[in-house]
Amino acid sequence: MLKIENLHASIGENEIISGLNLEVPAGSVHAIMGLNGSGKSTLSKAIAGHSDISVTSGNIKLDNQSVLELEIEERAAAGIFVGFQYPVEIPGLNNMHFLRTAVNNIRKAKNEEEISASDFLKAVRKIMQEIGMNEELIKRPLNTGFSGGEKKKNEILQLRMMNPKLAILDEIDSGLDIDALKAVAGGINQHRSKDNAVLLITHYQRLLELVQPDYVHIVDSGKIIKSGPASLALELEEQGYEAILK
Amino acid sequence: MKDQQIIDDATERDYEYGFSTDVAVEDFPIGLNEEVVNEISKRKDEPKFLLDWRLSAFSKWQKMETPSWAKLQIPKINFQDIVYFAQPKKSVKSLDEVDPEILATFEKLGIPMNEREILAGVEKPKIAVDAVFDSVSVGTTFQETLEEEGIIFCSFSEAVHKCPELIEQYLGSVVPVRDNYFTALNSAVFSDGSFCYIPKGVRCPMELSTYFRINAANTGQFERTLLIADEGSYVSYLEGCTAPQRDENQLHAAVVELVAHKDAHIKYSTVQNWYPGDKNGKGGIYNFVTKRGLCKGDNSKISWTQVETGSAITWKYPSCVLKGDNSVGEFYSVALTNNYQQADTGTKMIHLGKNTKSTIISKGISAGNSQNSYRGKVRISKNSGQARNFSQCDSLLLSDTCGAHTFPYIETSNADAIIEHEATTSKVSEEQVFYLRQRGLTEEEAVSLIVNGFCREVLKELPMEFAVEAQKLLAVSLEGAVG
Repeated sequence: MLKIENLHASIGENEIISGLNLEVPAGSVHAIMGLNGSGKSTLSKAIAGHSDISVTSGNIKLDNQSVLELEIEERAAAGIFVGFQYPVEIPGLNNMHFLRTAVNNIRKAKNEEEISASDFLKAVRKIMQEIGMNEELIKRPLNTGFSGGEKKKNEILQLRMMNPKLAILDEIDSGLDIDALKAVAGGINQHRSKDNAVLLITHYQRLLELVQPDYVHIVDSGKIIKSGPASLALELEEQGYEAILK
Repeated sequence: MKDQQIIDDATERDYEYGFSTDVAVEDFPIGLNEEVVNEISKRKDEPKFLLDWRLSAFSKWQKMETPSWAKLQIPKINFQDIVYFAQPKKSVKSLDEVDPEILATFEKLGIPMNEREILAGVEKPKIAVDAVFDSVSVGTTFQETLEEEGIIFCSFSEAVHKCPELIEQYLGSVVPVRDNYFTALNSAVFSDGSFCYIPKGVRCPMELSTYFRINAANTGQFERTLLIADEGSYVSYLEGCTAPQRDENQLHAAVVELVAHKDAHIKYSTVQNWYPGDKNGKGGIYNFVTKRGLCKGDNSKISWTQVETGSAITWKYPSCVLKGDNSVGEFYSVALTNNYQQADTGTKMIHLGKNTKSTIISKGISAGNSQNSYRGKVRISKNSGQARNFSQCDSLLLSDTCGAHTFPYIETSNADAIIEHEATTSKVSEEQVFYLRQRGLTEEEAVSLIVNGFCREVLKELPMEFAVEAQKLLAVSLEGAVG
């Protein structure tokens, strides 16, 4: 599904991603771990098409099609979703209005009919209940004044409603208490299917206990230095990055 | 989805009201002198008191100077180069006789002028419309329905004959002739506008609205609106404006006066979309408007809501004089400027009565090379015990070449007044736009949603139909402002 080939990417003059290769097939969950500044978040922004990041060489492919020439929203329409570490607040923009616009834009891109208001509401309510999200939050301005946990749950709500092929979840576990972490992990597990792929970017093993990855990759200095099964994350947790990086 | 559709439609359009209508116009000389003032009054068959009033205004105007205190660069206007009166040739007695070309124009603008069709339609809300085309009102709908409630809603010219005593009593009572250069000019040459009287205890059963259209070239529009809400009455009044796309600048200098008696409530909403000029700042309307409401009686209330997106230059300060005890004044404003537009707009809240309250919410959005200023005055007089004011002025910048300015003035002669003022300036952040685009929205949709979010507090004050219209307008006006 996702294929990254010898990717080099920079922010300004600084190369942050230096020859990164990664393949995430449909039906799998891969985790990317690494120290702060190792290039994890830059990788997610590069895949999404953020203008701060310039890809200098290599390729990013979704279903064997390069996405490098696509606009941010075209990549979203092609099935790329990023769950953000710090979701932005947009004062005055009603959360429900935003979510429906987003869902329908993606549907329109796929030549599907718009979702009816009642189907939409039913689906939203169901997911909110599953992830223990306060129903009032759908009526409030987008992320405005939400707690850290509420913002992350709102990302999961969007993930579930938009049902993308490829979900990149950037430190979706940061700043969550244990109950919220379980709820968020539950949401990701519900989303997993044989038709989609998930890329989890995280520092910690605890999320990976709840969302079992098929593969774990360790990133350092903009490339993957070690890959392995789920047990690699456990190893990392016990020995620390230093030991692995040596 | 409805809202999305609106935004989609809107972002694909330029100024869509830029067409002009081909109708024969009665000849009228260019320029301004006493003879012209006499002639306007004569053509309208006005009573003597009104002609005298106009002439005295004209002589005052001649001694006055154009105001220069606003943060606006106003090119010199040659007042002898303007036609002060333009009237379609055919005179009409009822709506059925109106030139079909003109009715078609209003239809094209989406203004419902056909009573039968509106009555037949179940979904459309009933709105009574007074349509002003250049210098004259071409028709007012639902007059009979309103008359059953004792409400007078008609063109100003009609009111002069229907109820001259009300005109004589109230005209100039809120905005004196000498108030400023443009009020003096308007008082001398005003052509038409709307008049409305709501009798004691009547809650007006439908929205009243006036739609202003400038059509003829080289013509100024000087309309006069007078709205009186008698004791315990309520009225919601809407005002919309458009003009054809022309390379020359055109002048619009209106005066609006509101009077709210004891326990009366007036809600006055404007969506101003005069032609703003092109991308390089060529053409567009000069909009110099004086609007003021008098809360004359105790417990009266006047709310101004405005969405200003058009005009090359906007100079406008809808104000409230809070004379009655416990009276309330409100001002909700969105002013958006793009390209080379300039706006200097805001309000005055003059607290005279005891326990009076005012609220000011102003949202300024600047894009392109435009300049957008909020100017407001809150004055609390000695006798206005326990007065309260809350002001909030927020500016949103969409480019590095535009300007946003805030000029709040506060004068208080009363120690127990409570005055709060909040102001913010922000830019649409790249991260906000990135977030929305990552969710499948185009850059223009993203900016439009962020801007609409920014204006929400004001837009929610508008009547439903108008709020939808205003959202569309904001999207159109922002076209090309990003990227």
